[in-house]
Amino acid sequence: MFGKLTWDAIPWDQPIPLVAGAVVIVLLLGVIAWVILKGYLPYLWREWITSVDHKRVGVMYTLLGIVMLVRGFIDAIMMRSQQALAYQAPGYLPPEHYDQIFSAHGTIMIFFGAMPFMIGLMNFAVPLQLGVRDVAFPTLNSTSFWLTATGALLVNISLVVGEFARTGWLPYPPLSELAYSPGVGVDYYVWALQISGVGTLMSGINLVTTILKMRAPGMSYLRMPIYCWTALASNLLIVAAFPILTATLAMLTLDRYLGFHFFTNTAGGNVMMFVNLIWAWGHPEVYILVLPAFGIFSEVISTFSSKPLFGYRSMVMATMFICVVSFMVWLHHFFTMGAGADVNAAFGIATSIIAVGTGVKVYNWMFTMYGGRIRFATPMLWSVGFIVTFVIGGMTGVLLAVPPADFQLHNSLFLVAHFHNVIIGGVVFAAFAGLTYWFPKAFGFRLHEGWGKAAFWFSLAGFYLTFMPLYVAGLLGMTRRLQHYDLAQWRPWVLLAGLGVVVTCLGVACQIIQLVVSIRERVELRDEMGDPWDGRSLEWATTSPPPAFNFAVLPDVRGEEPYWEIKRRAIETQQLADEPEYQAIEMPRNSPTGFITAFFSTLTGFALIWHIWWLVVVGLVAAYAVFVWFAWRDQDEYEIPAAEVAAADRERRRAREAWLRANVRVREPA
Amino acid sequence: MTAESSHTDDESGDVAPGVEGPNIRAGVQGYLIGLGLAVLLTAASFYAAGSGLIWGPGIPVALIVLAIAQIGVHLAFFLHITTAPDNTNNVLALAFGVMIVALVVGGSIWIMDHLNQNMPPMEEMLQMQR
Ligand code: HEM
Ligand SMILES: [Cu+2]
Repeated sequence: MFGKLTWDAIPWDQPIPLVAGAVVIVLLLGVIAWVILKGYLPYLWREWITSVDHKRVGVMYTLLGIVMLVRGFIDAIMMRSQQALAYQAPGYLPPEHYDQIFSAHGTIMIFFGAMPFMIGLMNFAVPLQLGVRDVAFPTLNSTSFWLTATGALLVNISLVVGEFARTGWLPYPPLSELAYSPGVGVDYYVWALQISGVGTLMSGINLVTTILKMRAPGMSYLRMPIYCWTALASNLLIVAAFPILTATLAMLTLDRYLGFHFFTNTAGGNVMMFVNLIWAWGHPEVYILVLPAFGIFSEVISTFSSKPLFGYRSMVMATMFICVVSFMVWLHHFFTMGAGADVNAAFGIATSIIAVGTGVKVYNWMFTMYGGRIRFATPMLWSVGFIVTFVIGGMTGVLLAVPPADFQLHNSLFLVAHFHNVIIGGVVFAAFAGLTYWFPKAFGFRLHEGWGKAAFWFSLAGFYLTFMPLYVAGLLGMTRRLQHYDLAQWRPWVLLAGLGVVVTCLGVACQIIQLVVSIRERVELRDEMGDPWDGRSLEWATTSPPPAFNFAVLPDVRGEEPYWEIKRRAIETQQLADEPEYQAIEMPRNSPTGFITAFFSTLTGFALIWHIWWLVVVGLVAAYAVFVWFAWRDQDEYEIPAAEVAAADRERRRAREAWLRANVRVREPA
Repeated sequence: MTAESSHTDDESGDVAPGVEGPNIRAGVQGYLIGLGLAVLLTAASFYAAGSGLIWGPGIPVALIVLAIAQIGVHLAFFLHITTAPDNTNNVLALAFGVMIVALVVGGSIWIMDHLNQNMPPMEEMLQMQR
C-alpha cells in the first residue's frame, strides 16, 4: 500500500532534523492558520495562487528564491561550524548526516535559490522592459512556477521523511547507483529535479518566445534593453541545456529503478559518460545564472551613473558570444578524468577565451561609470561590489582553466572558493541589486536605504572573510567536503571562514530587518510617480505597482532608451504627450491549472520516490486530466473596459504632471 | 499583439506544407503526407536494421541517413519551417539547435573516445599489462 514508506522513514533517533522539521511544520501550520483565520485565503487564491500575471508569478518565484536561499544558508552555517569543531575531533554532525547537508546545500542553492530568484526577476521585469502586457504563455508561466515549487517542497520533505542524497550536488555514479546508494536520497534528488526541470524548461521557452515575438511597436532587437538581451541568451541556454540534464537524470533513474546499465561499473556501463553529460548541462547552467546577473548590473550601473550604457552593441555581442562559447568548455570540470593532453588543451583554451567576453563587459561597466554622476544607492553598491569581486573570481577561474594547475587544485577548497566567488559575487549580488532596484516597481514603495547599505557591507565583508581563507586552505591541500580533519596548518583558515559566516549572518539579518522596516514605513517610502531612480527603460514609464495590463497604450519606441526619450521630451516641452485614445484591453483569465497540476505532480514525485505505484498512476492521470480540462475551457480572456483603462492612466498622468511641475521648480535656479 | 507577431503565413507567398490557411483540407492533407513519410522512414529503419539486406558495417550509416531524413520530414510537415522571411526566427532557432547538438554530440564523442583509450575498464587494463 505505501511502498517502501514506513514509520522508520522518519529519523526518530536524530534530534537535529527532527527538531528542525518540527519547527518548520509548526511555523507553516501557523502561517496557514493565520491566513485562514484572518480571511486572507480567498484573496491569496484569487490574486496570487491562481494568478497568471507575469508580475505576480515573478514575485512568487523571487519569494521562493529568497526562502530557499535562507534554507541553504542554514546548511552552510552547519557545515562551517562542523568544520570549525572537527579538528582532530568528530564534531557534532556524523558523516552520513554531513554528506546529506553538503548535497542539499548545493542542490537547494543552485536549483531552488539562485534559479527561481533569477527567473523571477526576468519574469517580472522583461515584459515591462519590452513594453508589453504579459509573457507569451501566461498560464504556462504559472504552471512553471508551481512545478519549481514542487521540486523545492520534495527536497525539503526529505529532511523529515527519509533522507537526502549523500552524493554531492551532482550525483556522480557509481556512488549514486543503487548498489552504493540504496536509500531514497538520490531518488528525492532525481525526482525533485526532474519535476522542477520541466518547469524551468517551460519557463525558458516562454521567455524566449516573449522576447522574440512580443515587443512594443518599434522595439527592434537592437533597441531592446540589455537586460532583455541577457535574458534571451540565458533562456536560449535553458532551452538548449536543460534537456541534457533531464536525459542524463532519466538514464540514472533507469539504472536505479529498472536495472539498466548506463552508468554502472558492470555490464558495459560507463560512469565517465555521466560526468561528461552532466557537465555538458552544468557549465551552460552557470551562465544561465550569471548572464541575467550581468544584465541587472548593466541596467543598474547605467541608471545610477545617469548615463546610457557604454558600448551597448559590444555588450550585446559579448552576451551572445558567451552564450555560444559556454557550450564549448564543459570538459574543464573533469580535466583530471584522463582525456589526455590534446583534449585538455583544447578545452582549457576555450575556457580562457570565455573570459574575454566577460572582460569586455567589465570594461563597459567601468566606462559607463566614468564621467557619470554616480549615485551610490543600494543597488549601485551591490554592483560595484560585484565588479571587484567577480574579477577576482574570474581570474581564479582562468587559473583553474590551465590543466596542469587544475590537477593540483581540482576538488580542493580553492575550487570551492572560486565558484562561490563567482556565484555569490555575481549571481547573489545581482539578485539583491535587482531586488532593491525593482522592488518599488513591484510594490509601490522603496526598500529602506540604511538597512540595505548595512546589509551590503556585512555581506561583502562576510563573503571575503569566508572565502578568501578557503583559497589559502585549498592551496595548502585541503580538499572539499571533509567531515573532519587532522592537519594543524588548515585550522586557522577554517576558523577564519567560520568567522566569515558569522559576519554574513549579520548581513542576512539586515536584509530581513530591511524588509520589515520598509513594510512598516511604506507610507514614507512610497513611490508616487513610478520612476524612483530616474530610470531609462520602459518599466519606469508605468505606475508603481503597474496595473494588470502594464501599459494603457503600448509605448511607441523610437530609440535605445525609450523612456529616457519620453521623459526628456516632457521636460523640454513642459508637458506630457497628448492623451491617447483609450481602448478596452483583453487580459488572460486567472487559472488554477498550474497549482492543481503541481499538486498532483507532488503526489506523483513522492509516490515515485517511495515506490507507491498506485499513487503514481493516480497523480499522473489527474495531472493530465487538469491539462485536458484547461484545454477545453472556452473563455480564456476577460475585458477591461476602456473607461477603466482611461481612469487608471489619467491617475498616472496626474502623478507625472505633478512631478513635472515640481521638477521645473528644482531646475529653475540653475 | 505587436507589429511582428501580426504577420500571418498567408501574407507571404511561401507557405509551408500543412500550414492551416483558409483551406483546412489542404492543411490536413499536408499532415497526412508527413505522417505517411514518417511511418515509411521508420519502417525502413527497422527493416534496414533487421533484414540483413544491408552489409553489416553499413547499417549505422543507413540508420543515420534515414534519421536525418526523418528530421527533415518533421521540420517541413509538422513544424512548418520554410525559408520565407517571416520564418527567420524559426530558421535561426533551428540553426542554434543544430549547432548546440553538433557541439554536444561531437564533443562528447571526441572526449569519450579519448577517455576510453586512456581509461579502459579494469579487466582490459590488466590484460594490457600482461
Ligand atoms: C571567467 C570565467 C570562468 C572560468 C575561466 C571558470 C573556470 C572554472 C574551472 C576550470 C572550473 C573547474 C575546476 C575544477 O573542478 O577543478 C570551474 C568550476 C566551477 N565554476 Fe567556474 N569559471 C568561470 C566562471 C564561472 C561562473 C561565472 C560561474 C557561476 C556563475 C562559475 C561556477 C563554477 C562552479 C559552480 C564550479 C564547480 C562546480 C563543482 O565542481 O561542484 N564559474 N570554473
Ligand atoms: Cu564550467
